[in-house]
Amino acid sequence: MGTVTLMSGNDAVARGAWEAGVAFAAGYPGTPSTEVLERLAAYAEVDAHWSTNEKVAFEEAMGAALGGVRSMVTMKHVGLNVAADPFMVFPYAGTNAGFVVLVADDPGMYSSQNEQDSRYFAKVAKVPLLEPADAAEARSLTSAAFELSERFRTPVMLRTTTRLAHTRGLVEPGTRTESERTPFSRQVSQYAIPVYARFRRVELEEKLGRLREFAEEFPGNVIEEGGPAMGVVTHGIPYQYVKEVCPEATVFRLGMLYPLPQRRLVEFCARFETVFVVEESEGFIEQELAGFGIRNVIGKARFTNVGELSADLVALGLTGAPIPADLSKEIAVLPRPPVLCAGCAHRGVFTTLKKLGVLVTGDIGCYTLGCLPPYEAIHTTFCMGASIGNATGFHRAGEDHVVAVIGDSTFLHSGLPGLVSAVYNQVPTTVVLLDNGTTGMTGHQEHPGTGHTLKGKPAPAVDYETVVRAVGVKHVEVVDPWDLVATERAIQAGLDHAGPAVIIARRPCRLLPITRAEARVPYRVTLEDCVLCEECMASGCPALVWEPDGPHIHEWECAGCSLCAQLCPTDAIVAAEVA
Amino acid sequence: MPVTNVVIAGVGGQGAVLASELLALAAMAAGQDVKQGEFHGVAQRGGAVFSHVRFGERVHSPMAPRGRVDVLVALEKLEALRYAHFVKPGGIVIVNDYKVEPVRVGDQRPYPDEAIDFLRTKGFRVIALEATHVALDLGDHRAANVVLLGALSRALDIPDTAWERTLEERIPEQHLELNRRAFAAGREATFQTLTVLA
Repeated sequence: MGTVTLMSGNDAVARGAWEAGVAFAAGYPGTPSTEVLERLAAYAEVDAHWSTNEKVAFEEAMGAALGGVRSMVTMKHVGLNVAADPFMVFPYAGTNAGFVVLVADDPGMYSSQNEQDSRYFAKVAKVPLLEPADAAEARSLTSAAFELSERFRTPVMLRTTTRLAHTRGLVEPGTRTESERTPFSRQVSQYAIPVYARFRRVELEEKLGRLREFAEEFPGNVIEEGGPAMGVVTHGIPYQYVKEVCPEATVFRLGMLYPLPQRRLVEFCARFETVFVVEESEGFIEQELAGFGIRNVIGKARFTNVGELSADLVALGLTGAPIPADLSKEIAVLPRPPVLCAGCAHRGVFTTLKKLGVLVTGDIGCYTLGCLPPYEAIHTTFCMGASIGNATGFHRAGEDHVVAVIGDSTFLHSGLPGLVSAVYNQVPTTVVLLDNGTTGMTGHQEHPGTGHTLKGKPAPAVDYETVVRAVGVKHVEVVDPWDLVATERAIQAGLDHAGPAVIIARRPCRLLPITRAEARVPYRVTLEDCVLCEECMASGCPALVWEPDGPHIHEWECAGCSLCAQLCPTDAIVAAEVA
Repeated sequence: MPVTNVVIAGVGGQGAVLASELLALAAMAAGQDVKQGEFHGVAQRGGAVFSHVRFGERVHSPMAPRGRVDVLVALEKLEALRYAHFVKPGGIVIVNDYKVEPVRVGDQRPYPDEAIDFLRTKGFRVIALEATHVALDLGDHRAANVVLLGALSRALDIPDTAWERTLEERIPEQHLELNRRAFAAGREATFQTLTVLA
């Protein structure tokens, strides 16, 4: 055994998978799941790569598991929507080697467009579901998930949440056990589902019955005896809140969320007059208990299904303890939303789109911030790849001036099919491809357009110009978004073109090491030439601050993009070395 | 021993998360159970960031309940206000006397320049430091987080050796000397020895 170390939930999942002998892992970045695959890639024994999207990642890891090596796929909750097709079908066949699906939910939507309780997916797909309560258990349950997967020849879902994924705690790591490869053998009746699905459907039900029996014995379902006054059924992070605020309660902590141990739960609940079910997001356990005929339960009536729970909310629900208010009624506790970085290439595009006054369909990335002041350029943002299809739909509804904005990684994830559809159906959709050369928002992951793999090896980079021309886009132009005049002309030309158009706004993300290392010439305000018109502030740049005497630029923060200088009508902003 | 609760808050990019990781490592080096729960994601783009560090014999919740935090460390004045309700009555607020104007969405009130005085009127023991300027004088404004950690070290029951080991193990070689000096400057700037557990 190794010495105790501080690990996040994500680190610990990766560690547990490595110890279990995982040989292949794939995924697509998505907060809060991203670091699992990054940590896995750091282990020399693990072949890990970023895929174009979660469906592809799932199918690759699934193929590897069928091919006989322990495999894992990682994604955030909305990624499972993308991967839902193989996720729902694979259980019919069952796996060959161990296969674990890591899905990270985001209650509270810290970095997501919706709240979605992925536990229901496990139930619909009829796959066993494990959920750890801290980093140490994240390690041990991940290893257990591989054992479970091979024992029942089923995919196993491992669910985490933001709080689990991003909380560091003490973990005692173990050593790696290499797993034997179990070669694939041709069994059409098992692996060619459509023809044989009716037979597999019956077997899936039988397997679920055996999993229900297993759940009764599973050591990760633990009853912690406390006083007789209060009984609580809980799981994951909410378990920690219960222990924090009611250490005297008797707690049934579930490490396996599906299927549930029916006999043990019936027996446990019979011991108390009322049992509290403390769970985050929806009343999943509560509904299962109702299905078992257990009636003496209080759950969602006391613990909201909206947002993230906390020790405070659990105390309120269990004991009625009031929650102290924040100071916002007494003093101006102003909100502080995230902002585009100084020098961000998206800024020039949104400044231009606002000026053009077009309807903008957005997509998922840092550039969702284009909907906020001072740009207020984006009109819609929903899910990965939606911008292009939405723009096509707006055209069909009679809107003429529509622009879709989509990042490079998102375009490769699921934007391309929307573009192909626009070309095929001859809709004049204008797409601005924001090519910043990375997956920015999740922390700069490589993707098929960056020229490098997750393991840092050189790779062929997708040539967007060639790709979009090949699918039939006739109007393609590349522009530097730091040049406002050129950007406006390019987007206007795209809008004027009769067919689909793609404008590639290309400049690397400011936070990439390669950009940070570049020489930069910061700008400076010459206050004598300034007429206090505030035009520069329309850039929304964090390096630009308004003081009582006028605008000032924090030179250490200024990237030298010159956007504010281009907006200035009196040339009062100049490069510092010129001034 | 009871659990000690610290919240470290700041603006994305100021190093609040790194500071809290250093504190968690120091507590671990001192032989404590520890949990460090943070909020990040798009937060590196200049949004509000906070992190809870809890240590003691056995820690459950990753985040401290409201009104139970022993020390709040804020890298920016407005962020001190945002999380002050987590601090226990009479608890300590170590605040960087530094202002970062937020982008305005909705609330058009002026920036609360009186933040530090206001926190004093609420009965907190407020220690205000010009940590960003101290760090700038040392050569890099980004070391403000470690200046504040130096001040925080006065308030916590973590031995100096644990802090030293943590800085050495976690900070890259080329930045180590700067961070050591930043930590020492923060300690020196905090004259009175504070004791959370007293």
